[in-house]
Formats: sequence, structure tokens, C-alpha cells
Amino acid sequence: MSEPRKPVKQIHLAAHFPGVNNTTVWSDPQAGSHIEFSSFAHFARTAERAKFDFLFLAEGLRLREQGGKIYDLDVVGRPDTFTILSALAAVTERLGLTGTINSTFNEPYEVARQFASLDHLSDGRAAWNVVTSWDAFTGENFRRGGFLPQEERYSRAKEFLATANELFDSWRGDEIVADRTTGTFLSDAKAGAFVHQGQHFDIEGQFNVPASPQGRPVIFQAGDSEEGREFAAAGADAIFSRYATLKEGQAFYTDVKGRLARHGRTHDQLLILPAATFVLGDTDAEAAELAREVRRQQVSGATALKHLEFVWNRDLSAYDPDGPLPDIDPDLGEHTLARGRAQVRMYRDPLATAREWRELAAANNWSIRDLVIETGNRQAFVGSAETVATTINEFVQADASDGFILVPHITPGGLDVFADTVVPLLQERGVFRTEYEGTTLRDHLGLAEPAARPGTPERGERAVAS
Amino acid sequence: MSSVPSSALPSSPAQPSSSALRLAVALDGAGWHPAAWREPVARPRDLLTAGYWTDLVTEAERGLLDFVTIEDALGLQSSHFTEPDGRTDQVRGRLDAVLIAARVAPLTSHIGLLPTVVATHTEPFHISKAIATLDYVSTGRAGVRVQVSARRNEAAHFGRRTVPSFRIEELESPAVQELTLDLFDEAADYVEAVRRLWDSWEDDAEIRDVATGRFVDRDKLHYIDFEGAHFSVKGPSITPRPPQGQPPVGALAHDTVTGAPFRLLGRSADLGFVTPHDTGQARTIVAAVRAEQDAAGRAGEPLHLFGDLVVLLDGDPAEAAARKERLDGLAGYPYTSDARIFTGSPSQLADLLQELSEAGLTGFRLRPAVVGHDLPAITRGLVPELQRRGVFRHAYEADTLRGLLGLERPANRYAAASGAIAPEAAAAVTTA
Repeated sequence: MSEPRKPVKQIHLAAHFPGVNNTTVWSDPQAGSHIEFSSFAHFARTAERAKFDFLFLAEGLRLREQGGKIYDLDVVGRPDTFTILSALAAVTERLGLTGTINSTFNEPYEVARQFASLDHLSDGRAAWNVVTSWDAFTGENFRRGGFLPQEERYSRAKEFLATANELFDSWRGDEIVADRTTGTFLSDAKAGAFVHQGQHFDIEGQFNVPASPQGRPVIFQAGDSEEGREFAAAGADAIFSRYATLKEGQAFYTDVKGRLARHGRTHDQLLILPAATFVLGDTDAEAAELAREVRRQQVSGATALKHLEFVWNRDLSAYDPDGPLPDIDPDLGEHTLARGRAQVRMYRDPLATAREWRELAAANNWSIRDLVIETGNRQAFVGSAETVATTINEFVQADASDGFILVPHITPGGLDVFADTVVPLLQERGVFRTEYEGTTLRDHLGLAEPAARPGTPERGERAVAS
Repeated sequence: MSSVPSSALPSSPAQPSSSALRLAVALDGAGWHPAAWREPVARPRDLLTAGYWTDLVTEAERGLLDFVTIEDALGLQSSHFTEPDGRTDQVRGRLDAVLIAARVAPLTSHIGLLPTVVATHTEPFHISKAIATLDYVSTGRAGVRVQVSARRNEAAHFGRRTVPSFRIEELESPAVQELTLDLFDEAADYVEAVRRLWDSWEDDAEIRDVATGRFVDRDKLHYIDFEGAHFSVKGPSITPRPPQGQPPVGALAHDTVTGAPFRLLGRSADLGFVTPHDTGQARTIVAAVRAEQDAAGRAGEPLHLFGDLVVLLDGDPAEAAARKERLDGLAGYPYTSDARIFTGSPSQLADLLQELSEAGLTGFRLRPAVVGHDLPAITRGLVPELQRRGVFRHAYEADTLRGLLGLERPANRYAAASGAIAPEAAAAVTTA
């Protein structure tokens, strides 16, 4: 519970469209299309009906492979992020629209004009989750290829974001006067002028999208490494983390918020929003039972074997998922088996993990599938609506997060029950809005206008100098 | 002019079965005349809003038009052909055309949406999935208009290649010809990569087979392995094959010494936008494009040629001409265009369109000089006139853009390659 004098925090809630991973249960009879626009519209309308802060889309720019073949056990395929978000702006009015866009396989001028356009077309609801990549595997789909050394990915991401911000700031917002009588459309012939010379980008000219309602999109960051945390502390408005347990969440929260002062920023300028799965039931017991069923749907025998391959780095297709774990050790060579996914980096000491898993399986009499079900990501929140509302509120008030990005396991209806049962309880407790108070995503998140808003002499001088 | 007798024209595979005309409008800011924004009917402060674009596309749909195109560029608008002009008396600044199209898609139901994309500086992988997704959000009404950029300032926005500085008078110089050939070749590669990506998922690749735990049949997902001079793309797309299979691809093409623009139409396009100023020119252009189509081995495939016209329409033709003069006065110079500028009444325009269509054009892309005035003049003046003459639809007859254009949903190139002749069938043929 909160300290006596501490003000009650308002919770921020967002909805992650069920994506390309084994959280999403596609085999359920209720599971719908993850491509058709009607699914996205349903999901977004539910989130807006529940007064959520925003909807969140992940991205992957190459179909995942395992053992040299396209991975076929999870949902495969997704639509284009910008296109879907712009279309969703037409069927919602207040909901924030957050897109994950890679800074490695894009160029700042194009991404900046897409986000500025989205912000105009949504009346100020755009947000950008800035991610980085370096792998040559994904690069094979792009002009630049896999050109980026791993250690340079954050340096490129930082410079990419800084450059995009220069473009967003290159219009002050008052240049379009459109005076019919005098024939003056623009008050400044140099509107949009920019020059950027850096290690990764050497570009100049004029940005062609005038200042959007939010000035800049809200910036999210999702990495968890030391560099990722610094990147977020230096310039992000929100961080999308994966710590949905109380202790880990508090440690992460303290660490990241503690970095802000060094970057001249205050505590409230960076929101921490972990991803969280959930299973709701009429009672806690019913929810627990449902959660077990969902885990079995998420982890089929075939999925369990593939998951084990992340650690073993070997083809394990000959093993019986209902049988014991392999007695051979993981291949410690370069990890080439699973491509296009991040999980492989989570197991930094495969020998130790394998040993630990064999012991666990032996002690509990678990099969391969049992082990993956039991040790894999369980749902973050399992219980009745009452229990889940209480837990979420406790997490936020105890500074394990500022809210959650909820990840339902069913497309597109998986958010409905949360919207109908948990949100009203949070509203009753006075910790979640009952109506949107502002119009922009920045308003919903309680973020101030971007610090470096243009109109400063610096921009004018730079423009003249160019 | 009369150098190509009509009897010598190759028979057009894209001729509509009836005498119906196809009509599109090209949307750009406040309209195509540089002073359009100063008209009382203009909404110059709304150009960056969703409401503005929704109103325009809704009006076009009210007129039962086949599609709208949306202009775009990777730099500020300019009255100069190759460089920025620094002017402050014309509309400057715009939104990304693909995002505009996506924003209006859920609010319309029949009209086709063709945003402009610049092949020169963008990624075929991104554009392929963006247009595929536009096809999903519009349930089968997406297309794309591909453009190249030879502007040095736009290249500097990306910093990845240098483009020489040149003036429009130097268009036919050897250096500029070489540049243009390269840009158009790259655009053809770009369209090829985009098209392969659209086909990289077979229609029935998603199987959701609970028994085996497989979501997709990976034998129905295909690497495209595209290798070109400027880029290579592995594939498959991350987005399943769009509802139309292949959204129509269009390009604006002029007659140049290199022939590169017409060659792009012949090789790559479903829709060509051309700029004849009279019927004779129209015949010449149609013949030249059809020749490129034959040379590309696509003689039997549909390629619709749309004539582009800038239009100023008023019930009284004198009023339209006076309006052009007044706008030119405001702009400070007489507006000229690559396309013919038509001033007159809707009925006169209908006469002209019917005449031009005789030359083998299957439709027209009208560029409203002042969108607030000339778009409704098209939808409420020209369209009823064409309907009276029995050459334009009275209701939408299809739900997809390909359907409106009379284009079949194409077979998937990869499905055809792997399943053209099943082994048993081949054996049966051999033993027969």
C-alpha cells in the first residue's frame, strides 16, 4: 500500500494488439484475423471505450525462422504499422496510436514525415516506439542490408531520434498564414530548413510536413540493456518494459527513474509501462484454472520443442515433447538456429540453463512440454476482476510501474472482458479516468510539451546559416 | 497527328466492353493552379487535416469516380522542375499520401485510392506492405502511383546518393538522360520487387491447423530473391497477399528521348497517366506505349491509359476562361502544365473526353485547378452529363478497384510456378 503522504497515482493503461509470439492463442475458436482491419477496429474501439491511453503495435521486419525454415507454429504475418494506425485514427477519436518503428531499416526524413503525418491525421495522438536492430538476417529485405555492427545500433538509434527531432522542430507551427488578400501562404521561406551532419546521417534541406499538433510524437523505448536504459532516460517519454512482477518492476523503476536527473529531467517526464498478460475469471480459482488451459494452448508439444531449441541451439525435432528433456548438452557455437527473434539472447549461459531445467524436470516429473509451460512466461495477472484491479493498483502505487500495456491472448476480443470488468473497478477507486480530459496522447500521459519546441533563435540562425 | 492511322493501332486489350469511360481525379493540396488556395471556396488552413481529405474523397465517391490519386513528394512543393523555389505565395507543406489514403479508407466504401510513392528513396519492402495494408483497410480498393525523383535537394534529404544539379532545359543532355534511364530502371525493379512481395504469400497460406499446431503452410510462403542494381530483397513479405492479389500500379509518363517513362508503363504498370493535348497526340502516345508493352512481352495484359487534363469548369465557358485569367493574375504568371489545361463547360469537357477516348484512352484523370470548385463541377456537372450520354456508370458495379477497372484478380505467380502442372497431370500428358 502507498505511503501515508504520497498522493494516489493515476494509472495509465494501454492495449497491445496480440502479435507474432506464442502469447497469442490462434487455435482458440474465438480467435479472429490478425490482419483484417475489422479486428484492429474492434480492438481499438474496445480500448477507447475503456478510456485507455493508447493502442500499441509491435513490429518485425522479417518472418522468423528456425532451423532454416519459416517458423510456422505461432501467428505469422502482420500489416504495416503506419497504415493501420492512420486507418484506426478514422474509427477512434481520443485513443493514442503507438507504432514500433525500427531505426535501422528506415531513414529519418521518411519516418519523421510519416509520424508527423500520423499526428496531423489523428489530431495529436501519435507515438513512436523506437527500436533498433542490427541483424543481417532482417537486413536482407532492405537496401542497406545488414550493415550495422551490433555495438553501433544504439549510436545509430540515438542519432536517428535526434535527427528526427530536428525535423519535427524545423517548423515552429505558425508559418502557415494563408492570407488570401496579401497572397502570403508561408510567413517564412526557410520553414522546415535543417542541416544534420553526424556519424550516421549527413542530410540537409527542408522538411515538408509542417508542425503537427503534438510537435513531436510521444517517444517510447523498449530495450532493457544498460544502453537501452540510458537511451530512454535521455530522451524517451515512456519505456515499454517486460518486468511485470512487483520486485523486478520496482528495481527497474528505481533504476530508470534514478537516471533522469543526470539528463536534466524530472521524475514525471518518463513513464514506465511494462507489458502484462492477464487471465480473468469469475473467481480466482476459476481464473487460475483458465490460465492453465491458456498456457497449454500457448505451448503445444511442437512449440515446446522449438522453445527448447532456443537454449540447446540444436535440432530437437526427434524428441518427444511428452517425454524427458534431452540428455545431450546445448551447442555453444554461434546461435544460428532461431533467427529474427530476441528470445535467444535471454539465455546467456545455455549450459547452466539446461542443467537447471533438467533438475527441475526430474524433481517434478515434468515432460518437455510441462517444463516449458511451467517455466515460461506465465500470465502477469490472474484472478477475478476484483483481484486483478487490486493487484494492478498495488503495483502502480508501490512504484513498480506507472501502469501497464496489456497483452491479451485472443484477437480481437481478448480485451473486452478487461474493459468491461476491471476498468470500472479501477474507476470506482478513483485511480483511472472515467472520461478523457485532453485530446492528445501527451495530454493522456500527463506529459508536457516537448522541451525543445522550436521558435528559438537557434533554429532561425541555423536556418539562415544553411 | 495523322502519322498513325487508326486502322494501324494495335487492338487494345484494356478496352472496356462497353463504351463506358473511366474517371479519376488527381488530388493535390488546394488544387493544381498555384493560386487555387486564394479562392474563397478554398480551405488553405485545412490542408493538413483529416477532415479536408475525407471531404474531397467523399465528394469524388459521390460522383462514382473510379479512383483518386494523391500527390506526394519527398521535399517541399516547387514551381521549378528540379529545385526548390523559396516561394512563400503558394501552398507549401503536405502529408504523406499513403497515410492520407489509409485515413480516408474506412470512411469510404467504393472508390479506389492511389497514393503516390517515390521509388527513388524508399524501401520496396516497406511500400509493398503499406499498399497491401491499404488494400486490407479499404477492403480491396488500394492501388499505388509510382514516381521517381531526380531532384538533388530530395536526394540530400536522404544523403545516400548524389544527383547532379540540372535545369529543365537540360533534360535531354546525355548526363540527364543517363540519370533518367537509371531512375526509371530502378523504378521498374522497385515495382517488380513490390509485386513479388505481394505474391510471396499464397492466398491459402494461413491454415490454422490445430491438429499439427501449424499456423501457416510454409510451403506457400515464398522467398522472392530479388536482385537489382540498386537493391536486393529476400522476402517473403511480413504481410499476407492483399485482397486484390495485386493492387493496380500506375505511373505518369511523358514522351521523352530516352523512352524510359513509356517503357516503365509497358513493363510494369496497370494504369498509365499520359498527357496528350489533342486526339492526334493521344493516338501517337497510345501506339508508343502499346509498342513498349509488346516489347515487354505483355501484349495480352490489360494496361489502361488515362489521359490527364487540368480542368476549370463552369456552366458558362467564358466564366471558366475568366477564372483562369483571374487565377493567373493572382499567381503572377500564366499557369502552364504538362497536361492540357481545359477551360469550359462540363458538356464541352464531355465532348472532348469522348473524342479523346476514340484514340484508345480508356479513361481520364482530371486535375481540378481549384479543388473546392472544380471537383464538385466534375462530380455534379460532368458526371451527370456523361451519364446522360450513356458513357458513365449510374452506380458502382464492383467493390474493389480491380473490379471497377475490369481487371481480373490475378493468379499468384508462385502458386502458378509450383502447381502449374501437377506430377500426375504431367505423367498423364506424357502417356497420352
